[in-house]
Amino acid sequence: MSTPPSSTAQPKGTRRFLLVFLGVALVIAAVISFYASGHPDGLEFVAGSTGFLDTAKESVTANSPLADYGVAGVENAPLSGGVAGVVGVLVTLLLAGGLTWVLRRRSDSPKA
Amino acid sequence: MHVPDGFLDVPTSMATGVVAAVGVGLALRGARNELNERTAPLAGVVAAFVFATQMINFPVGAGTSGHLLGGALAAALVGPWTGVLVITVVLFVQALLFADGGLTALGTNITLMGLVGVGMAWLVIVAARRVLPKRLSSVPIAAAIGALLSVPAAATAFTILFALGGVADIPVRTVFVAMVGWHSLIGIGEAVITGLVISAVVATRPDLVFAARPILQATPLEIRPSGVRS
Repeated sequence: MSTPPSSTAQPKGTRRFLLVFLGVALVIAAVISFYASGHPDGLEFVAGSTGFLDTAKESVTANSPLADYGVAGVENAPLSGGVAGVVGVLVTLLLAGGLTWVLRRRSDSPKA
Repeated sequence: MHVPDGFLDVPTSMATGVVAAVGVGLALRGARNELNERTAPLAGVVAAFVFATQMINFPVGAGTSGHLLGGALAAALVGPWTGVLVITVVLFVQALLFADGGLTALGTNITLMGLVGVGMAWLVIVAARRVLPKRLSSVPIAAAIGALLSVPAAATAFTILFALGGVADIPVRTVFVAMVGWHSLIGIGEAVITGLVISAVVATRPDLVFAARPILQATPLEIRPSGVRS
């Protein structure tokens, strides 16, 4: 199956592709994220080893019900992280997709 | 590499806030030329994917980990201006909902991972694309090289900000060596993940990959050697 470069792809095929791509993101956020390394990331590690980690201040959103990628009050760690991840993926999808949808060039409008 | 509140002083944080605002403003303009009915939904999904992959910290040794920044991935798939918007939305959601990255540091994080990360990645992708053979299989390689260099570039930019307005009194050279050293290792992970994802998309839907557009347009009658597509 080859795709002619100049042709506009079928919306159906594109929709399926996007759904698979989104599905992969959801599986990563919901399930695989539980197995992520718990070590500090590069910046946090460097801050600790060179001695400026203690200048960090707690974020004003630290009391968010989703702070640190968990759902407040949910004790089960995989469930808490998984739900937080799914919410994050969907919120990001809606915000970014909404923004870019507003900005897109409309093929049927004369003005760009 | 999410900078928390407090690492940088208020004037520096305000300055990076202005830089981020100008950069995102330019990206809002530039993205109009990259986005159409087909690529706008893709940009949303790419943002969701970058959010998800940023939850996966991979170990890089000695008790340190790293995660994808996503600048090269986003720029290769949806274009550099849209890529800046994608990373900005991810950082916005992380700071507001997940307390990942400070709120006063949001401008800093957009500057480092959005503007520097995406910008460096895209410059390298364009340069690599010029040097590499003009075929689709070069696109994931270009994206991986862009990814590899974008992470130490962002780490260098952080060190410059730290030199300008770091609250702690630490020798800049010490911070620079540690930041660039560790983030060069993290850059290898970034390159591997970016290369694999771009390979997968190029193999299935090359027409949706922004960085592949010049190659697709330049080769209307492509002769495919056997084995390139199974």
